[in-house]
Amino acid sequence: MRAYKPKGNVQAKPYYTDRYWKAPQVAKFDVESDEVFSADLAAIKSKFDVKEAFIQVEQMTVWINPSDIYEVLEFMRDELEYTQLSEMSAIDFLEQRDEFEIFYQMLSMSKRKRIRIKYSIKNGQAVDSISKLFRCADWSEREMYDMFGIEANGHEFMKRILMPYDWQGHPLLKTYPLQGDEFAAWYEVDKIYGKEARDIIGPELRDTAQVDRYDSERFARLGHEVPKGMDPDVEENKDKTQSYQEDGGVFMIKKLDKESSKVIDDPQR
Amino acid sequence: MAQQTNRLTPFFENITFDREDNELVLNFGPQHPSAHGQLRLMLHLQQEQIVKAHPDVGYLHRGMEKMAENMIYNEFMPTTDRMDYIASSANNYGFALAVEKLVGLEVPRRAKVIRMMILEINRLMSHLFWLATTALDIGAMTVFLFAFREREYLMDIMEGYCGARLTHAAIRIGGVPLDIQDTFIAQLKAFLDKLPENIKDYEDLLDTNRIWLMRMEEVGTIDTDMALSWGCTGPMLRASGVAWDIRKEEPYELYDEVEFNVPYSDKGDNFARYRIYMEEMRESAKILYQTIDMYHECVKNNQTELMAHAPQYVSAPKLDIMTQNYSLMQHFVLVTQGMRPPVGEVYVPTESPKGELGFFINSQGGAYPYRLKLRAPSFWHTGILTDLLPGHYIPDVVSIIGTTNIVFGEVDR
Repeated sequence: MRAYKPKGNVQAKPYYTDRYWKAPQVAKFDVESDEVFSADLAAIKSKFDVKEAFIQVEQMTVWINPSDIYEVLEFMRDELEYTQLSEMSAIDFLEQRDEFEIFYQMLSMSKRKRIRIKYSIKNGQAVDSISKLFRCADWSEREMYDMFGIEANGHEFMKRILMPYDWQGHPLLKTYPLQGDEFAAWYEVDKIYGKEARDIIGPELRDTAQVDRYDSERFARLGHEVPKGMDPDVEENKDKTQSYQEDGGVFMIKKLDKESSKVIDDPQR
Repeated sequence: MAQQTNRLTPFFENITFDREDNELVLNFGPQHPSAHGQLRLMLHLQQEQIVKAHPDVGYLHRGMEKMAENMIYNEFMPTTDRMDYIASSANNYGFALAVEKLVGLEVPRRAKVIRMMILEINRLMSHLFWLATTALDIGAMTVFLFAFREREYLMDIMEGYCGARLTHAAIRIGGVPLDIQDTFIAQLKAFLDKLPENIKDYEDLLDTNRIWLMRMEEVGTIDTDMALSWGCTGPMLRASGVAWDIRKEEPYELYDEVEFNVPYSDKGDNFARYRIYMEEMRESAKILYQTIDMYHECVKNNQTELMAHAPQYVSAPKLDIMTQNYSLMQHFVLVTQGMRPPVGEVYVPTESPKGELGFFINSQGGAYPYRLKLRAPSFWHTGILTDLLPGHYIPDVVSIIGTTNIVFGEVDR
C-alpha cells in the first residue's frame, strides 16, 4: 500500500520539524496603547459589531462580521479618513477550519495609520463587493476570485484577471499543487495542437527542475558520442561517433585526427 | 510530428458582428512596443476617440505568491528581483524589511546606510529608464540615448557591488552581505556631480518642446479622488495633489535622518508626472550625497557590522561559520530548513520608485510563508486605465501608458 498523503495542503513541507518546538507569537498589543487607534476603534464599535481588535507590528487588526464589510469601509472612508484601500485578498484556511480569511488593508494619510479589517467566510460563501467604494477593489476582487474562487456579490465583471479565461482551478488554494494539476499539464497542448494530438505530444513538463533526458548511457563518454537514440555499445555504431569539427577544418585549429595524434598515457610524464 | 498549426483559428469565428453604432474594437498589445511589456488593451473606438478601455493583464503571470508558499524565506529573495526588474533592489528591500519586522530584527547602521544608497541608486535607475522609454514612445530618441547612457553608469556601479546589472539580489534579510567596494563612493560621486547637468540636458530637450508639451499637457488627467480610489501611489498620486511619500510619512531605514523634499503637483496630467520624476531624481541625488557622509561617519566610528546578530534567523559571518562549530550548525539549519518566524501577520509598505510596494506576510510559524501577498503599485496603475483612457485619442494611449510607469513583472507577478 502507498503511504497516505493528506490532500488538504499540498504545498512544500520542511523535511524535519521538531515536534516539541512551539512557534512563538508576534507580540500583540492592546488597542488602548495607541490614542489614534483606540479612538478609531471606539468609533467603529459604536456602529458595528467588532469581534476582536489588537495592534500587531504598528498596525491595528479589526475582526468584523462579513456582512458589515461595505458599511464598515464606507464609514472608515467617510468618517475616519481612511481614504485608501492599499490591498485586499484572502488566506486559505480550508484544511484547518473550512474557512477563508479575507483582509482589507486600509490607509489613512492624514493620520499616518494603517488598519487591517479582517473577517472569515466559509468555503463556497461569497463576499460583498466593495468596488463601488474603492475602484481598486474591482481588480483586487477579480484577482481574489481568480486565485481562490471566492466570488464578490455585486461585482460588475467577475472574470479571471491573471489566468486565462478558460482556466480551471484556482492556483492559490492550498490543495492546488505548485506545478499545476492535470488540467494545467494539458492546457497548452490542447490549445495549440488539439486534444487528438495528446498521445503524440504528451503532457506539458511543468516542473522546470525535472530533467527530461533518458540518455544516461551516453552521459560523459567524451569522444564517443553518438547521435541521439543510437546505442553506443553496439559494434556497428562504434564508427559513427560524432566529430565536432567541420570537414574542412577551422581556421587556426588543427583538425583532430585520431590516428596521427599522440595520446599521452602517462599524465605524470 | 503531427502538428496541426491551423488550430489557432480566431476565437469568434462563427460570430458575425453586425453593429450599427460604428464602434471599432482595437486590440492593442500584448506585443505592442509601447505597451511596456505584456499589456493588452481592448479599446472600443468611435473614430479616433476611445469610448471604452479594457486592460487585460496576466501575460507575465509566474505565480510568485504561490512560489513564495513553497520556498523558504531566503530562497524567495532572488524571485523578488523579477517583480519590478527595473529597480530590483527596491523589491529585495521591501521583502527583507517585511521579514525583519515580522521577526523583529535590528539591522546594523552601516548596513542601513548601504541599503539606502542601493535603494536610491535603484530609484535613479528606474526614473532614468522611465524617462528614456517614455521619451522614446513619444518619439524623442535623443533623450532615450542620453538617459540610457547615465543609467548604464549606475548599472556599472551596481555591477561592481553585487555582480549583477538588472537582478541584483543585493540585500539580505537582516542586512547586506557585503560592504561597498573601494571605488563605489568615488564612482557615485562622479556620477552625482554630473547628474544636475544631465537632468538639465533632458529638460532642455523636453520642457519647451512643442511636441512633448502637446502630448503631455492636459492629457491623462487624474484627479485626487480618482487617484485615491484606484489605489494610486508614488508619483501617480503625488502628481494628483497628494504629497504622500512613505519615506517621509512613515520613515523606514534612516530616511528620517536625511533632508529631502517631496515634489508634488495638483495638475494630475502627464506633464505633472513627468515633472515629478525629474524632481525626484534631484531629491534622490540629494539623499545619496547625505548617505555618503553617513557612510564615512560609520567608517570613522568603526561600525563594521553588516548583518543583524540573531542566530535563530540570520547566519553568522563567514569567518565564524568557518571557524566555530555552533555557527556552522546554525548556518546548516538555516540553509537546509530555513528560518521559522513567529506566528503573526505583517504588512510593510515601502516607497519603491513606482509607488507603494507592500509585502503582506502571514506566518504560521513554519519555514514557508503561509501566505505572501505582493502589493505591487503597477497593478492598480494599470487598472486605472479602465477609467482614464475613455475620452482620449489613440496617440494619447501611448503617452498615458508611458507616464503611468507600469512594469509587467510587477503587475502580473
